[in-house]
Order: sequence, then C-alpha cells, then structure tokens
Amino acid sequence: MAERVSAEQGHADLGKVDRIAKIWGTRTPYGREERWPVRVDQVLAEGVEESEVERWVQSACVLCSNGCGIDIAVKDGTMVGVRGRAADRVNHGRLGPKGLFASWQAMNSPDRLTTPMIRQDGELVPCDWDTAMERIVQRSRHLLQTKGPLSHGFYTSGQLFLEEYYAQAIVGKAGIGTPHMDGNTRLCTATAATALKESFGSDGQPGSYRDIDACDAMFLFGHNMAETQTVLWARVLDRLAGPDKPRLVCVDPRDTDVARHAEVHLALKPGTNLALMHGLVRELFVNGWIDEDYIRRHTMNVEELRSTVEPWTPQEVARTCGVDAQDVRRAAEIFGTSERVLSTVLQGFYQSSQATASSCAVNNLHLLRGLIGKPGSGILQMNGQPTAQNNRECGADGDLSGFRNWENPQHVQELAQLWNVDPATIPHWAPPTHAMQIFRYVEQGSIQFLWVSATNPVVSLPELPRIRDILASRGLFLVVQDLYLTETAQYADVVLPAAGWGEKTGTFTNVDRTVHLSQKAVDPPGQARSDLETFIDYSRRMGFTQLDGSPLLDWQGPEEAFEAWKLCTRGRPCDYSALSYQALRGGSGVPWPCTEQQPGGTERLYTDGVFNTDPDYCETYGHDLLTGGTVGPQAYKAMNPAGRAIFKTAPYHPTHETPDTGYPFRYTTGRTAYHFHTRTKTGRSPQLNAAAPQAWVEISAVDAATGGLNEGDIVSVESRRGHITAALRISDVREGTIFAPFHYGYWDEGGTPATEHRAANELTLTEWDPVSKQPVLKNAAVRLRKVADAEGPALAPTTTASHPTTHSHHAARSRRVVPTTGGPAALASEEFPPAAPSDDPASKEQP
Amino acid sequence: MNLSTYLSLLEKSESTLAESFRQVAEGHGHEPDVHFICQTLAKQCDEHQRALQPIVRRYGQGDVDDEPERLHADGLSETRKGPLGLLRDLQDLYLLASLVDITWTMVKQAGQGLRDEELLDVVRACEEETEKQLKWLSTRMKQAAPQALLIAE
Repeated sequence: MAERVSAEQGHADLGKVDRIAKIWGTRTPYGREERWPVRVDQVLAEGVEESEVERWVQSACVLCSNGCGIDIAVKDGTMVGVRGRAADRVNHGRLGPKGLFASWQAMNSPDRLTTPMIRQDGELVPCDWDTAMERIVQRSRHLLQTKGPLSHGFYTSGQLFLEEYYAQAIVGKAGIGTPHMDGNTRLCTATAATALKESFGSDGQPGSYRDIDACDAMFLFGHNMAETQTVLWARVLDRLAGPDKPRLVCVDPRDTDVARHAEVHLALKPGTNLALMHGLVRELFVNGWIDEDYIRRHTMNVEELRSTVEPWTPQEVARTCGVDAQDVRRAAEIFGTSERVLSTVLQGFYQSSQATASSCAVNNLHLLRGLIGKPGSGILQMNGQPTAQNNRECGADGDLSGFRNWENPQHVQELAQLWNVDPATIPHWAPPTHAMQIFRYVEQGSIQFLWVSATNPVVSLPELPRIRDILASRGLFLVVQDLYLTETAQYADVVLPAAGWGEKTGTFTNVDRTVHLSQKAVDPPGQARSDLETFIDYSRRMGFTQLDGSPLLDWQGPEEAFEAWKLCTRGRPCDYSALSYQALRGGSGVPWPCTEQQPGGTERLYTDGVFNTDPDYCETYGHDLLTGGTVGPQAYKAMNPAGRAIFKTAPYHPTHETPDTGYPFRYTTGRTAYHFHTRTKTGRSPQLNAAAPQAWVEISAVDAATGGLNEGDIVSVESRRGHITAALRISDVREGTIFAPFHYGYWDEGGTPATEHRAANELTLTEWDPVSKQPVLKNAAVRLRKVADAEGPALAPTTTASHPTTHSHHAARSRRVVPTTGGPAALASEEFPPAAPSDDPASKEQP
Repeated sequence: MNLSTYLSLLEKSESTLAESFRQVAEGHGHEPDVHFICQTLAKQCDEHQRALQPIVRRYGQGDVDDEPERLHADGLSETRKGPLGLLRDLQDLYLLASLVDITWTMVKQAGQGLRDEELLDVVRACEEETEKQLKWLSTRMKQAAPQALLIAE
C-alpha cells in the first residue's frame, strides 16, 4: 500500500484522504511498547467550515464494537460532522469510514420516524404518544391478567445505552417477571460472553487494546478485524509497519486483509474450527509449550483437555479442515514460542458450529501457557455491536443484572433488595429464554406480546421465510421501537419513534471494557423520544411498583439511571462504583472495574491468576459444552474451583448440514467494511452506500471456471429453505465455499421481498450453539445456478475481502473491475498533532 | 455368576434409549436443538453398546428367562405433539436414561468386585456420558416446563 509516513513530531500535517479508498487511513508506524501515535480524523458536511462549527459535543462511535471516542460537530441545531478524540485510549483520534460517514449523516436522514404509529384497518397510521402507549398498555395488561408474564417477550439490541438496558431489565424482570428477554446480542456476542463465563467464571474481557502495542504475536480467530473494527486494525497495521512487528496468524476461509498480512493463513473449511483448535492445543502439549506451574496453580481439568485433543494430529486436522499440516505446526509453534501472544475471536467462531467449545479453546491456549493478565498477552473475545457489553451486564439479554448467577438464590435476593421487590417476581427458575426460543414461542402462539427495540430480525435472523411468517401471525401483538420504518417495523401493531445517537445522553462500554459518555448534541426529530423515556413511561402506565408502593422506575433521567446501576454493580466483576458522568467528561473513556481502590479503571483482568470461579461469586456454574446441560450448584461446588480457571472442551463433530450432491457448496455469510448490520444507518450514508450499493455472492476462481461462470453473472443461490439472486464476484474465497454479505434487506427495495430475494439469511439454517445459543449463521449447504449473463462486474468492494481474484491464470475470467473509491465526497482530514493521548488508567486525572 | 444378565440389560436399555433418542429427534424436528442433540446422543448410545461387546464376549449373554422383565421399558413407540408433548417425550427419555445410568452403576460395582480393569475402563468412558445425557434432558425440560405447563395451547 503506497501511503504517507507519519508526520514528524511537532509538525502538524493537515491532509485529506479518500477514506472509502483507504479504509484504514494513513500509517503511523510504532514499535513494541511505544505509544500508538495520535492521528485525528475529521469530516464535516459539504460546505461547512471548521470555523462555523458552534460546538463539539463529546460522544463515542456506535457503528461497531470498537468504541472510538468521537466529538460531534453541531451547527444550527444539526449534527454537521465528527472528529476523533485524540485523548481517547481506544482510538487516539482515529475514526473508521462508518464513524466518519454514517454516524451523523444517518441521523439527519429525511426518512426518520417522527411520530408514533398504530395499525388501523391493516395500515400503519401516525398518532400521538398517548394513543400509542395506551394501545400497548391495554394489550399488555389484558395478557398479564389472562395469560400471565410468560405471554410477554422482549427482543432488544446491542445499540441502546447502558441506562436503557438497565431500565428494560428491571421492567422485564421485576415489573412483568418474564424470562423471555434477549437481544440481537445473541447473534453477535453471546458466545463471547459464554466462553468467558465457562472458562473464567464470569463475563468480562481479560485483555486490553493496549495489548496490541505490546504483543509479539497475534492470532485472529474467525475475526476479519480489517472490516469489522477498522480502527483496531489500523492499530495492528501500524505495529506491522513498525520495528519489532508482531507475527500474525489468521484463521479465516476468506482472503481478508488480515489474511494478506498474516505469516500463516489457515483458510479452513467452514464448520471445522473446533478440529483445528484441538490440533493447536495438542501441539502445545506434545511440544511442551505449556507452563506446568501456572496450570497447577491456576487451572483445573487439564487432563480432560489433554485426552480430548489427543486424536487431533496435524495430519488429522489437515484432513478434516482442508488446511496444510505444516501450517498447523507453524501456527502452533508461533503460539507456543512467542513471548507475548494476543488472541482475538469473532463471528467466524461465534456464528459457526460448536461456537462455545471453539472459543473456549482459545482461552485454553492462553491458560496452558499462562499468557493472560500480562501486557501483550491477552484475549479479546470480541463483541459485534457498540453496546453489546452493556446488554450483557444489565441483563436485558435475560441474564441477571451485574453478572449475577440465576442459579444462586443469594444473587437473586440481592437484586430483589436493590429493586425493592419480591424475589419470587424475578424469573430465576430456569435459564433465560434465548432469542431463537422466544421466536419459537411466538410461532407456537404462547408469546403474544413481543416488543422489539433497535433491531431488525426480519433481515438478521436465520431462515427469513420462517421469521416473516412468525411476525405476520395473527395472534401476535408486535411493538417496534426504532429510528426508521425498518423491514421489521412494517409488521408492527405499534411503532415508536426513537431518539438516537447524538440526540440523547447515556453511557456505553466497548470490547475492552472502556466506558464512554455519549452526550446529547441536538434534539431528536419530531416526537421521537429516547428509549429510556419510553421504558419509564411504559412502567409508569403499567403501574409497576416497589414493595412500598412507590414507582418501580422513578428515574428522572439517564444520570439517575447510571447512579442506580453503580449500586447494582458494586462488588461485582463489572464494578462501575467509582465512575460518574462527571468523571467521564473530557479526556478518555475508562475501563471497568472502576472502584475506590482503582479510580482510574483497570487495564487487564486476572493479573494475579485468580479467576471469578468461586461458587458464591461466579456468574454461572457452567455447562457441558457438547449438549449445553447445566453442571448445577452441587456438582460445581464439589469441583471446588476456588478461583482457578476451568479448561472446558468438547469432542469435535461435523456440521449438521453438510454439502451433498443436491447442495454441493458450503455457504457462509459475513460483513463488509462499509456496512453495519442491516444497513439502516450505513445505507443512508451516500459515501458508504456508493461503496457497496448492492448485494453480491462470492465464489472462487476454480469453482467459477468449473461452472463456466464469469464475473458479474447473475446467479441464484438456493438452500433447502430459500433462495437469493445476486451478481457474482469471483474472489479468493476458499474453494467449495460461497460467501454472501448479510447486510442487505429490502427497506430500500420497496419494503418486502417480492420474487428477487437478496438477504443472505433467506438461506441460513435455524440452529444454534448448545451453550451460547448463538445461531449458526455461517454454515449451510447450497447450490448455485446462473440466471443471466453479466451486464458488468458485481458492485462488490475491491478494497476488502471481496476483492477480485488475484490468481492471474484465472483473472481472465474476471472482467475489468473498477477499484472502489469515494471521490471528493469521501475526503476526510487527518491531523498528526504532537500531543500524547492520556490513555493510561493509572495516570488519569480525577475530577 | 449373574453379571451376564446385567450386561444384557445394559445392552438392551442402551439400544432402547438410542432408538428413542432417534424417535424424538425425528418427531420434534421443529425444535432444532432437540433434533440435533438427540441425534448426537443416540450415537453415544450406539458407541456404548459397541464398547460393551468385548466384555459381553467374556462373560456371555444373559438368558432372558433368568430374570424376566416385570417393569417394561420398551422405549417410545411414537412421539407426541406440541409443547406439552415435547415435555412428556423428554421426560420419557429421562426415565430410559436413568435406567441406563443405574445399570452402569451396578455393572461398575461388579467390575470393582472382579477387579476387571477392562470392564472398569468401559464403565468410566460411558457412565460419564450417560450422566451428561441426563443433565441435558433435565436442563431442557426445566426450560420448557413453565411455558408448556402454564401457557401453551
């Protein structure tokens, strides 16, 4: 990549860069344990000069899970641009294309929802808040009286603020008393949370982004960081461009930018992650690359792990995974012999077969070498969404608030005291109902009231033909709370317009536990309201009370909610007790736990090798990873974990749906750098939409040649459940595999699918991991047939994993594909100020 | 020696359980977790029977007339329908798996008395899986019970 080098210290270089063409911006190389240089990225609306900006309002970005500190430019009561916060520990001033171009522009979109709507004679018609809320409350009350709390389900998001999740959790658990609460976090981070709970006793990210600065080797497991967290990848690229660069290993069936920079690329068959992981773990045992002393003092169950991985020789891995045995040995050697190793894990593992077992295997690799809780040695079980962590903490996903254990009566009692309610109200008699089961209960007619907030299941859940039928069922009362009239909102009985980012104040927490304050910069459009106001309003109208008769939720605003949350977390792993809105204003975000003893926050967990597995403290007693059966309190206490981490594993089994003669290809889905989720925001940014305007499917050059297919041909991809039609990109995806981006739905194509389907989830399978309950979105058997000749190349980005094939002997089949650029509209400035970021928790100034 | 009777009982009950897991997997295909996990567990039961073969060869087949069945655990002839039907079918599986579980325990007692290491190795490998089958069944039933008993049609 021909890019400028960083400016000299002290010299402020102001340049503009096409950030559609250069996703990761300009390199600022740095060496091991040096401070990642600051680069301040900024973009303003066309025609707005910096001098015209009236105020900059502090926030953080919500267009991925990275959590970049961001300032919002305001002029005439409108958001007119953004700038990265130089002082923030997460991004040191940088922003990615989605933050630059979607965060504020999407909010200014003319098709925002501005009034509530109710269904009248089959049509959604605008109404006022009283009418909409009364309709909800009437139905809700009626069902509670006649059917009880199990008639209610809530399906929320990874994109609300902490205060909103906590309100929703209290309403659901202590007001209604339903276990049927989950979020789309089930699709993105459920496995991250579960793997951490199973290995370490509770949720909570062990590592820190600063481990990138200090590591000697990096392993990215099913993590296309280059496209999912572009600013984090910029940090890695800067280390790779500097001295003492880390060795890089990539596990991914696609030719991502990560793969292209990797020393070893294990392009395994989708669905075989666990077999590969067993092979890597076995190599550590066989070669003695383990820390016996650490294992003895800080872990348990090592013998079970050793016997489970025993059959997985490199040759056996090669046979099952379709990778080179020598590459397995090389990767294991890098893990086994590098001084400091950082691993990251994402959807390639989380949305695949045996997700929890594979992700726990990453934890196992680190535990075997004692590479945890030390600078440069860490684990980042990544999140997919910006505020997913808060959903997990607050329990709007069904878990008990504050990482409490639903099987521990003392934990239930603590919550009942905090909320001043009868503990019997709080559902704790069975595991919380996961998303796919909630939809199953809707399908069976036992959940008749479903409240969906800030998510779009009609595009994002597996097997869409089924999901559409479920949401269209006559007995269901559907409430949808969103910024736009999404595909899902079109099925609603009541639509509630939400205030979004920059229009409300609240906090949220990123992958490495960094808490940010996001402040209100402008008023929401029309009658749109924050989700917090809506939940409090619902609770008040329903008459939910505490034991003394006072309102269940009596908060006057988000800051009061945050103060209540601090009480809920005191003494728990996610301790916010020394944080405040005031402490979060100015400077950098702060990583929890943040306590009186650690007022500046905590960089890494488990530095002392003591884990959260004590039976009185842990968030779960654990599960059998093959079936998901619970271990239970008695057996867990008998194990006596006593603060030791637990090696959890399961035998490998092949995916349940495998290619056959009728459906010969393996189908996998994923992301592109230019879009987020179902494009509700990114599709409304002209720059991002132009970069990836239309769905496509990818096939390898070899498979294209076999099938006589050319770049841009219109193809139909079919599974046993549905079909999609899209233009073909001949890329460097693994042979035998077909990839489709999952972002594309129908809201900008007339709302609902007619005959031409394009949503990747038309084809996927209703199946989930037995422990994390995360749907297996990355495996299906499909067939492909040509529908029409190409009229031009597929409109898939060339800057990402969807780049045209680089195998020259096949390149003739690819038509001349125009490189993805953004032109003048995509220019953003980069500034290289001399100031160092104040990102060290220990040195953070206290207010 | 009556151990052969118990080995036969174990073989037969593992075989009945395998068949019943398959029956439930097919009958409740709309519950994907039940569908796939029951298939996996059926294969475990097949493996248990295979692992028992060398032991059975040494101690011989028990004569069915030695101790005829009084309580008949014939397995599921067909699956039920709906949420309550799912719960009842899982509960039947639980009963069959419990029979397998306690039979392994009795065979283990005999193995210890005989100091038969080969037999004890087989027990060790299999009884833990049976225990996990029971845990899964109980977990899944606890999840399903409130909805099935209180609100489902």
